[in-house]
Amino acid sequence: MSKRYIGQRIKRNEDPALLTGQALFTDDVHLPGMLHVAFVRSDYAHGRIRSIDASYAREMPGVVAVYTAADLGAYWRPGPPLVSPPPVKGAIFNARTQVPLAKDKVRHVGEAIVMIVAESRYIAEDAVEQVFVDIEALPAVVDLEKALAPDAILIHEDLDSNLAAYIFQQKGDYESARAQADVVIKRRLYYDHGIAAAMENRGIVATWDAKTQRLTMWDTTQAPVVIRNGMAAMLGLSESQVRVIAPFIGGGFGPKIMMFYPEEVLLPWASMQLQRPIKWIEDRRENFFATTHERDQIHWAEIALTKEGRVLGFKDEFIHDTGAYDPYGLTVPINSQCTLLGCYDVPNYASEFKVVFTNKTLVTPYRGAGRQHGVFVMERMLDIAARQLGIDRAEIRRRNFIPPDKFPYNNELIYQDFVPLVYDSGNYEPALDKALEMIGYEQFISEEQPRLRAEGRHVGIGVVTYVEGTGIGPYEGARVQVESTGKVNVSTGIGTQGQGHFTSFAQVVADQLGVSPRDVHLVTGDTDQFHWGTGTFASRGAVVAGNAINAAAAAVRRKILAMASRELEAPEEDLELVDGVVRDKKNPEFAIALKDLAAKANPLRGAVRPGTEPGLEATDYFGPERGVTANGVHAMILEVDPETAMIKILKYVAVHDCGTVLNPLIVDGQVQGGIAQGIGNAFYEKIVYDDNGQLLTASFMDYLLPTSMEVPSLDIGHETTPSPLNPLGTKGTGEAGAIPVGPLFAQAVEDALAEYDLEVLEIPLSPNRLFELLQSKNKDA
Amino acid sequence: MNQIMKISVTVNGVLYERSVEPRLLLSDFIRHELGLTGTHVGCEHGVCGACTILFDGAAVRSCLMFAVQADAHEIVTVEGLSPDPQHLDALQEAFWEAHGLQCGFCTPGFLMTLKPFLAQNPDPSDEEIREAISGNLCRCTGYEHIVDAVKLAAAKMKESSS
Ligand code: FES
Ligand code: FES
Repeated sequence: MSKRYIGQRIKRNEDPALLTGQALFTDDVHLPGMLHVAFVRSDYAHGRIRSIDASYAREMPGVVAVYTAADLGAYWRPGPPLVSPPPVKGAIFNARTQVPLAKDKVRHVGEAIVMIVAESRYIAEDAVEQVFVDIEALPAVVDLEKALAPDAILIHEDLDSNLAAYIFQQKGDYESARAQADVVIKRRLYYDHGIAAAMENRGIVATWDAKTQRLTMWDTTQAPVVIRNGMAAMLGLSESQVRVIAPFIGGGFGPKIMMFYPEEVLLPWASMQLQRPIKWIEDRRENFFATTHERDQIHWAEIALTKEGRVLGFKDEFIHDTGAYDPYGLTVPINSQCTLLGCYDVPNYASEFKVVFTNKTLVTPYRGAGRQHGVFVMERMLDIAARQLGIDRAEIRRRNFIPPDKFPYNNELIYQDFVPLVYDSGNYEPALDKALEMIGYEQFISEEQPRLRAEGRHVGIGVVTYVEGTGIGPYEGARVQVESTGKVNVSTGIGTQGQGHFTSFAQVVADQLGVSPRDVHLVTGDTDQFHWGTGTFASRGAVVAGNAINAAAAAVRRKILAMASRELEAPEEDLELVDGVVRDKKNPEFAIALKDLAAKANPLRGAVRPGTEPGLEATDYFGPERGVTANGVHAMILEVDPETAMIKILKYVAVHDCGTVLNPLIVDGQVQGGIAQGIGNAFYEKIVYDDNGQLLTASFMDYLLPTSMEVPSLDIGHETTPSPLNPLGTKGTGEAGAIPVGPLFAQAVEDALAEYDLEVLEIPLSPNRLFELLQSKNKDA
Repeated sequence: MNQIMKISVTVNGVLYERSVEPRLLLSDFIRHELGLTGTHVGCEHGVCGACTILFDGAAVRSCLMFAVQADAHEIVTVEGLSPDPQHLDALQEAFWEAHGLQCGFCTPGFLMTLKPFLAQNPDPSDEEIREAISGNLCRCTGYEHIVDAVKLAAAKMKESSS
């Protein structure tokens, strides 16, 4: 196969529809006779439901149905656990999953209590105001550390504490490493990763057709196949009776994965009850408390080093907030635990974490999925060590890199895909060198910074590294078919939320089949088209689905060659696929068009050879034995105004290595978008709960997403270390940009404010928070 | 509240006469009454800019207006920019070429914000572009490719007018 299209900056197949307002998003689905839903949600973080009086609402004109937990009858049951805990010895895991409508207790603000179905959304919202829920308020568990106090009130009263999970993992022997160390440094660190805030809120349209006995559901999900199978089981239907369509989706970033959100479970059921199509579209306020968050962890970290800055061992204990329920298992804290070691060859590591229930929205992965927290801890501890040992910040990293000849590198820890975390490949120094060169590290430190400081300006530089375990299994699949028009149809099970799958996957197929990517039509996320697969998460689309599509296209290519060889009476080795035809390399006039072959492969009369499969079509799958590890280095120069604590990014460089790049234009976009989210996380976005568990930041006026004024122009550099674990050599890149920005900010801010001798041990910062930190320093002084 | 008002609004050159409740948001009117679903709704509190339309030629947020306020006015939505996906206008072309969109949910709002901006500023600087789009949120792109797209659009427009 030639590489004519893979690696090219090709503009996207999906864009014309999006640019003209023709692309179908979930809220654009309109069906005749459609009903609309609004929810009565809890105003209390924690409380016991005494009574619900919906009698007024039920009588209102235009209200069709009102459901409480009691009205759901046998359909009421807690959601399925989605991710089981990893097989780690001594692990504790208490699964408590979310319920469709709160029955006896409410456990977080915004938990759904009553579902109203009406002729219009306006009427449904009127009716919400007419439902009276009497709740006996209970004290709210908000603070992570206090959640485990012996006298803490219990969120799940059948447990004897608010502990949701406990995991301990280690490699080597930390205590003996500590005994040999020249220096041991301890710190308490806090990292809070906010919310995904995709521009499109969640939404569902469900319609039960009694005549065909089929349920169709449009859902803003990243995992339509999983939702289909789960909904069929819950509703007592066969899987073939349920069709889930994930149409164009306005950003995912994690929380739109297969959650079996209460609304997702209720809408199809109600459509069957009422025999009418039904729609619910989340509003932005609901998105803040009914769509999952990622939030915070508190770490107590200890690093043991030689005086040359070699890390001998690392010890970490942390608490992770899972919110009111834990359906998504331990993915987020396991990622934190396993990603902490980063690019570094650390022989001894001991890490334990406790997961606690709190009276807050559920926590599930959001772009980075806990990796940020781990990377923050390691990068900060290295910075502190570098300062204490008088070693340059870039140098201490270089001294601890895993050398290129040590790959595959076994980190010995059980990762989120339940197998030991083995880095498949990597070459870290060139990425660091490139980033230092692009940012002008030496020159900044030796010339520019002193000059600017002399002018009274506070400018600082930062450089951090990260790895990202991506592209995990279990598998994805695809079907590829050459039509008798010569166009190619591809279908795969993963959903797409803006990653450019319609284009990068088309490039893979185009190279296998010798057609133009514009002639490859991709369907993703429609279970009637393809019903195997798990979903778009963990930066796995280009790796797992990309390689499945490559395999299916390669199988079609083999069929084409075999058939064309018979037709042209030429050996297969002499044939090539170019511009929609198969031709003899030496005598290009001996050719047959793909469309003619496709037509011949599906004859309408006559006999076929025994064992013939019709058409030029194949289905294939890709299931990696384990994930692949991407890596990168970010560097930044920023200026701080100590008076106002406002910052300005003067230069930002990102060098990353995600193996073979299918489409650099798309990858640049992914990295830029990730960094923008990282900048939001580092300095602007913060979820704030008060002591009563009230969410104080439930609008875009209070939760500040970065705008074009906060995100600077970025310089992006690429390194390419192809993965040996898949034929395309790809590694995931979706989350990478977002991962290392927090520690980068912390480091650059400290450097800019060197005379204050600050230690930034928390993210997010904000102008306010930075101002407070500076004030506390002023007081000490 | 239940009184119904008659309005007539011109959208993308077509005159629509409809009876609406006074509380109906203009964004809901455009999307759900007229079926022009290219205009998106991201926050309904005036911050994200996804719902931006042209109202008598000016970029406004349709979630902050009632449909009845549009009576006797003229509106252009994203569907009015070009006849079909095969014939994009210069701004749409530039967004396509520069990869100015990922999920595309915010895109109609950006396009409608930029239409009058580019008409008034045919040769904008990066700083002016960033300022012009600072009232539109995009969670996917990090804005850089959008800024590139605007510069490209300005160049294309200049080329075609000279
Ligand atoms: S939907 Fe109108 S500004 Fe966000
Ligand atoms: S492209 Fe997704 S929000 Fe802008």
